[in-house]
Amino acid sequence: MNLRRDIFQAIADPTRRAILMLLTSQAMTAGTIASNFETARPTVSKHLQILIECELLSQEQNGREIYYSLNPLKLREIEDFIEPFRKLWDNRFSKLESVMKNYTL
Amino acid sequence: MERKTTVDGIEGTQNIQITREFDLTVEQLYKAYTVPEIIEQWMGTKVIKFEGFNHGGWKFETSTPDGIIVFSANGVHHEVVPNQRIVRTFVIENSGFPAQLEFIEFEALTESSSKLSMLMVFKTAEDRNNILKLPFAYGLNMAHDKLQSFFNSIS
Repeated sequence: MNLRRDIFQAIADPTRRAILMLLTSQAMTAGTIASNFETARPTVSKHLQILIECELLSQEQNGREIYYSLNPLKLREIEDFIEPFRKLWDNRFSKLESVMKNYTL
Repeated sequence: MERKTTVDGIEGTQNIQITREFDLTVEQLYKAYTVPEIIEQWMGTKVIKFEGFNHGGWKFETSTPDGIIVFSANGVHHEVVPNQRIVRTFVIENSGFPAQLEFIEFEALTESSSKLSMLMVFKTAEDRNNILKLPFAYGLNMAHDKLQSFFNSIS
């Protein structure tokens, strides 16, 4: 398995999280994205590449420019991943509550 | 009243933060975490050892109805402050996964309600993700409960 394609790998980096936040407002070119960061342009390009590999971003050609936009559906994978775990604890805590309500010293 | 359990802190960290509010006093909530017979009832696991004091150890074990151990975990209580907090380590035995650190905080909201916050800190984000993927680590107790109620219903 290519670890880079793991969505958690994608969001583990602060620059990549910042890129995702930036793109929530609108689609942008690599140049515009890079202008928001102090890091070198090739570094930003590398981050963009990883985000594309993880399918968190999609690319669209518009004349000579390539615009990057967010793929929000992919972000839902994180939520889906954690949901069974949340449900498990929710069930346990509901049980805890009912056990304690019936418990007398 | 609908009480929702929230799970946060997944993005960009190696932690998991779980919170939940209860229609229970903070004393009752604390008791649910420190009285072995009660832990067994809601965690769906057997409490083999429970030393509810600073530096005391604990060990939980879950087995199938025919006695095969399918899950065992242990750790040490680093700090136990009645009705306030438990700090403990947690490791799943024979899983190959590193220990995790848990900060369990109890807080009174009103005279009859309380809040639980549980912060789990994993060695790395990758460890956390892999541990969550283990069916036996977190899902099995639930499955075991279902199995149990199935047996109860047919006997």
